[in-house]
This record gives sequence, structure tokens and C-alpha cells, in this order.
Amino acid sequence: MTDAAILFDLLLAGSVIALAIASLTVRDMFAAIVLFVIFGLLSALAWVRLSAPDVALAEAAIGTGVTGALLLKTLHHLRYVTGKLGEGPARGLTPTAPVPAGVIWANAAFCGMITLGLALAFLGAPRSGPGFDALVAEAMPASGVDHPVTAVLLNFRAYDTLMEVVVLLAAVIAVWQIERGLSDAPAPALGEVWQGFARLTLPAIVVVGTYLLWKGSEAPGGAFQGGAVLAAVGLLLLLSRIYVPQPAHRGLARWAFVLGAGAFAGVALLVSGGGRVAFEYPAEHAYALILLIEGLVTISIAVTLAALFHGREPVAAPVPEGRNDT
Amino acid sequence: MTPDLIYGLTGIAVFAIGLVGALCAQDRLRRVLALKLCSVGAGFVLVVAAWRSPPADPDPVPHALVITGIVVMVSATAVALALIRRLQTLEAEDDDD
Amino acid sequence: MPDLIPLVSAVLIAAGAVFFIAGTVGLLRFPDTYCRLHALTKADGLGLALIALGIALTASSFGEVFRIALIWFFVAVASATGGHLIATYARRVDRAEGKEGS
Repeated sequence: MTDAAILFDLLLAGSVIALAIASLTVRDMFAAIVLFVIFGLLSALAWVRLSAPDVALAEAAIGTGVTGALLLKTLHHLRYVTGKLGEGPARGLTPTAPVPAGVIWANAAFCGMITLGLALAFLGAPRSGPGFDALVAEAMPASGVDHPVTAVLLNFRAYDTLMEVVVLLAAVIAVWQIERGLSDAPAPALGEVWQGFARLTLPAIVVVGTYLLWKGSEAPGGAFQGGAVLAAVGLLLLLSRIYVPQPAHRGLARWAFVLGAGAFAGVALLVSGGGRVAFEYPAEHAYALILLIEGLVTISIAVTLAALFHGREPVAAPVPEGRNDT
Repeated sequence: MTPDLIYGLTGIAVFAIGLVGALCAQDRLRRVLALKLCSVGAGFVLVVAAWRSPPADPDPVPHALVITGIVVMVSATAVALALIRRLQTLEAEDDDD
Repeated sequence: MPDLIPLVSAVLIAAGAVFFIAGTVGLLRFPDTYCRLHALTKADGLGLALIALGIALTASSFGEVFRIALIWFFVAVASATGGHLIATYARRVDRAEGKEGS
């Protein structure tokens, strides 16, 4: 049994490495992105093998799903601005100058040395040593939730998570600023089958996202995984043009961006005082407070990720119609 | 041979591939892809650090760190891609003039 | 009877794996996008159904069976939609290139 599992591990590890190399060497950029998505999903599978289902869910939903959508959207935009829309393989989108072989070899040697150092450090480091498991297990009863990863994210190391939400907020502000005045690539016409698919899956995705959020207090799942799944709702709505971003909705979107970070910081400050520090939730309300924060952060993450996918801030100028990609 | 050894070395290899790619790739999109590979490689090493042989539960703290890392990486990727879109548009406009 | 269930389940999963292999061989060996899509969507759809059935047999509760059925349903729908999108896109590219070529 163990041998079969190890064989599976070796095969999976080999596939992950091969896919990483392939996604950087294949010439067609679209193929590179697809290979990267497969790479991400197989990495998530490997993390399930390492008994890290939370991380695997986050990687599959955010690191692979949303990132893949962002990359494809950018590829579409680059093809549009370079006038290569509707062509087959996408090669050489950026103007390139030949790199001297010496530079490549120097880089390779440099990377090789770093890798060798890392590998030696990894092999020399004590593995499976005592980490924070005992500390976390000891503090679990006071955390208000039953799932250790959620307890660490929302309670013990809540500062990190707050900063993470702020980073997302900063990213969406930056993207809106960078893309100001940029012209939109025409949305691809996806056809009726896609529309039907979107309508069929939308309600199911809403249920799955909410379920992941709710389940996060006792099992793998939580605000980030749920938020990413709900962001898929936004992606479907945008791609199927059921929802077209309106300038009038900007105010609402801004509130949604700030909601998570604001609620998080607000709760942290409210519970402080009376001898407690920020994020030291009173034990009897800890579960309710964590769920409240998670719920609002989930909404924020979903809206922010969908906005990052859409890119440009919706502006008053009407999008010129009839400029289709066919 | 144990899963943590296999996947730990896998993570380091993926990190190295990403590093070479980020330094040598010509296409901007591919450079972002390479940096993303680096982050996944680092994630591998952290998840391996949290792993304990099966009956024991893994350490939740590195898991939380990796989840944070994934979300930060998607933010950074989104900003990088927005910069690429902007840059490419400006270059295309220059070519037209 | 209880001894039979794991056996049937294993047979179903193995049969599903065979279909996946057949689909992958088709992907690698068939000449153009349409044939490859044909191999992938047909064989993988059946393979997935067999594997889902095999796992559902060993499920401990009705809720698990229900979730496996849901997963099967949505993967099947997504794969059909994806296949359709790829085929539509391939045809558009072929037409565009055909016009340029002739």
C-alpha cells in the first residue's frame, strides 16, 4: 500500500516538474497558460497528499482558477492591442531582442547555485520536527472554532489575515489606477451553449461558495476559498454579459472592496480595551465574531477578485458596439 | 522515501525552474508565469514543513501562511498583468503613430 | 455481499481508468482538434462516470453519494461546454486561416 502511494507521489512529482518546464518552454502562450493551470491543479492534488486540504482548495480556486482567468484575459487583451485577435497560436506578443547565450548560461549557473543551496538546506534541516502544532492544539478551545487553520487565520494570526485583505484592496486600487483610460478589448462572443452553462451553474456556485465559508469553522474551507468560488460567480456574470459593469455601481463596488478590511479592523479595535488587546475576542462571542468577519471578508474577496478580473474601472464613455472580434 | 522528501525536492525544483524562467524569459506574460511558479514552489516547501507522518495532524501555522501567500500572489499577479496591459497598449499606440 | 462491494467498485474504477487512457491516447494520436476533442469528451465523460460510480459504491452516507453525483454532473456539463467552446474557436481560426491561405 505504502509502495503504491509512494509510486503515485513520484509520478505526481514528476508530472508537476514536467508541467512547470513545459509551461515555460512551449511557444504558444495560450498553451503555456493552459499548462500552468494543469500544473496548479496537480500541485493542489499534491498538497492534498500532504494533508493540507485548505491550502489545496485555496491554490485550486485562487492560485489556479482566478490567476488562470486573469492570465487568459490579459492574453486576450494583448492579442487585441497587437491586432492578432482571432489568430491561432500566440507567439512573440512582446517585442523581443535576442539574449546573448552567455547571459543565459550565467543566469542558469546562478540559479543552479541557489537551487543547490536550497536543496542542501532542505535535506539538512530537521523534518517533521516540533512546530507550532502543540501550541495551536493547546489554544484551540479558546479560539471559538473547531478547525485549526481557520483558528490560526482568523484568531491567532489575525494580523496577517487583515494585512492580506488590505493587500487585495491595494491591488484593486492599483489596477483601477493603472487601467484608467485604457480601451477595453471586445468581450469574446461565447455563444448560447455557454450562456446556458452559466445560467445552470450560477446558483450551484453560490451554494458551494457559501457552503465552503460556513463549513470553514470546523472543516477545510473558509473565507478565502469561499470568496474565490463566489468570485467565479462574478466571472461568469461578466463573461456571459448577464451583468455589465455600470459607472453608477462604482460607489457600491468601492464599499464592497473596503467592507472586509473595514469590518475586520473594526472588530479588532472594538474587542480591544478593558485589558484585552486587538483581536483578543471574548471567548463567549468568538465564534459569532469570527463568522461575522469571515462573512464580510468573503463578500469583499469575491467582489475584489471579480473586479481584478474585469480590470478597468467602469467609466461613463459608452463602449463602442459592433467592434466584434469575428 | 517519504512524501515530504519527494514533494520538498519537487518544490525546490519548481522554484528553480521559475527562477530561471523569470530571469531568461523574453515574453512579459511568461515572466509573470515564471514568478508564479516560484511562489508555488515556495508553497510546496512550506506545506512539506507542516507535514507530519499520517496519524498525526499537520501543523496549521504554515498552512495559514501559504493561504496568505496565495492571496497576496494573486493580488501581485493582477497588478503585474495590469501593468503589462498598459505597457503593451502604449507600445501599440507608438507603433501606430 | 459486503465483500462484493469493494470488488465491484475496484472493477468500475479500473474500467474508468481504461477509458481515460483511451481518451489520452486519442488526444495524443489523433490528427486535428476536432478528432482529439471527440476522443477526450466521449472517453473521459464515460471514464469519469465509471469512477464516480465506483467511488459512490464505497461511500458511507447518502450525503456523500449525493455530492459525488453533483461533482459528476457539473464536471460533465463543464466538459461538454468546454468542448463546444474549443470546437467553435478552432473552427473560427480554421476559417480565418483558410481565407488567408487560399
